[in-house]
Amino acid sequence: MHEMSIAESVLQIIEDSARTEGYTKVNAIWLEIGQLAGVEMESLRFCFDAVSRDSVAENARLEIIETAGQGWCLECARNVAVAARYEPCPNCGSFQIEVTGGEEMRVKELEVE
Amino acid sequence: MCMTCGCGKGQTLIDGRVLARQRKPGEKMRYQARQKGATLSHSPHPNPDETSSHSTRLSKGNSQVAGNLPYAGEGHMGSQREFYGKDHLHSYETIDFGDGPAGTHAPGMSQSRMVKIERDILSKNNDYAAENRKYFSGHGIFALNLVSSPGSGKTTLLVNTISALNGKQPLAVIEGDQQTDNDAARIRAAGAPALQINTGKGCHLDAHMVGQAMQRLNLEDDSLLLIENVGNLVCPAGFDLGEAHKVVIFSVTEGEDKPLKYPDMFRASDMMLLSKIDLLPHLDFDADLAVANARRVNPDIQVIRMSATSGEGMMEWLEWIASGCHKAVADKYPVGELRGREPESNPLLQTG
Repeated sequence: MHEMSIAESVLQIIEDSARTEGYTKVNAIWLEIGQLAGVEMESLRFCFDAVSRDSVAENARLEIIETAGQGWCLECARNVAVAARYEPCPNCGSFQIEVTGGEEMRVKELEVE
Repeated sequence: MCMTCGCGKGQTLIDGRVLARQRKPGEKMRYQARQKGATLSHSPHPNPDETSSHSTRLSKGNSQVAGNLPYAGEGHMGSQREFYGKDHLHSYETIDFGDGPAGTHAPGMSQSRMVKIERDILSKNNDYAAENRKYFSGHGIFALNLVSSPGSGKTTLLVNTISALNGKQPLAVIEGDQQTDNDAARIRAAGAPALQINTGKGCHLDAHMVGQAMQRLNLEDDSLLLIENVGNLVCPAGFDLGEAHKVVIFSVTEGEDKPLKYPDMFRASDMMLLSKIDLLPHLDFDADLAVANARRVNPDIQVIRMSATSGEGMMEWLEWIASGCHKAVADKYPVGELRGREPESNPLLQTG
């Protein structure tokens, strides 16, 4: 995945919200990014620093909440951790896993002034 | 804009014409075919100043802190002066500490506050997609989004599907390619209305482009809409267009491990067409392994092995389309609405 455009999208959401909520500075941003969303966190931070220059979010602290990949194994009939899409169930080795979490890419909240 | 490869926008053309400006989700859509000679109600989108206009709008509500604005650099001063006029120039000298939402200020207390956003980073596209989907379901349209790598045989499959359905099923095609309208011309030659979207720098179709194309195509009620996405196994996976199903076409001239290399696409698709199987005798390709790999990524994926050249699997594919079209028409009427109708006027109620 390419993080520059994700960073641009985050900034777009913040600027939309700045318009409706009427704030002029963002101190901190909480993002929720799933392990299976295919986003490289360090790269996202780097890109966000670049795109947020001269914007309401300049120098804002980026807090990334990483959510773990989760799935439902149809063989074991229970929740299992999923590290990558093509990996088998850690208990039974089956590939019959329905991914249930870890695909999120969300802007959760902002601290603004 | 693409979340995946970071490609730009602004060069998208529909039938050679510039894409209209971004309509905000929730604004009214115009689906009727445009009258000849009618003017565009949307102004053309490309607006190089769009990114800077926010500063003016922002400062409007916070005029007392204009001097504190992060925008008050050289580039933005000019526009603010214009905006406030001479009478308001004094605002640059005012520093007001009570500019928070409550309008008050206690010494030492921060004006900062929390704003809940809870928005998906891809939410803008998803809003457009939801509108498209609502239109499809309201009009009984069965929409498929065909995705694959370039050269897997999407257009050939479409041409053969169109000639097999020949007149029995109303349908339309939206073609996505980076450049040229060759594919739309091939589809029109096969006898179906087709519209070409050229994405320019883009690597995928998004829901906004498709929404625009739908308005131009004047889709029939209870019809089939086939959307051929840009040949790319990465980016189109993340972009919902409002379709009923993504259909991934995987040709046997590619590697068996393609589903493992591009898991997101096989995960996002409901149907996999293993195409060009007439070539299997000439290739060292293990079809069973290819299917097993796809199911490793997506256990629910349906598979049809087919060849557009020999016609193998074509019947199964057409039946799958027919049942989808049937369901789309049946789902058009909410259950309550069906009950309220006169039985003799509604064949669906009589059968079900």
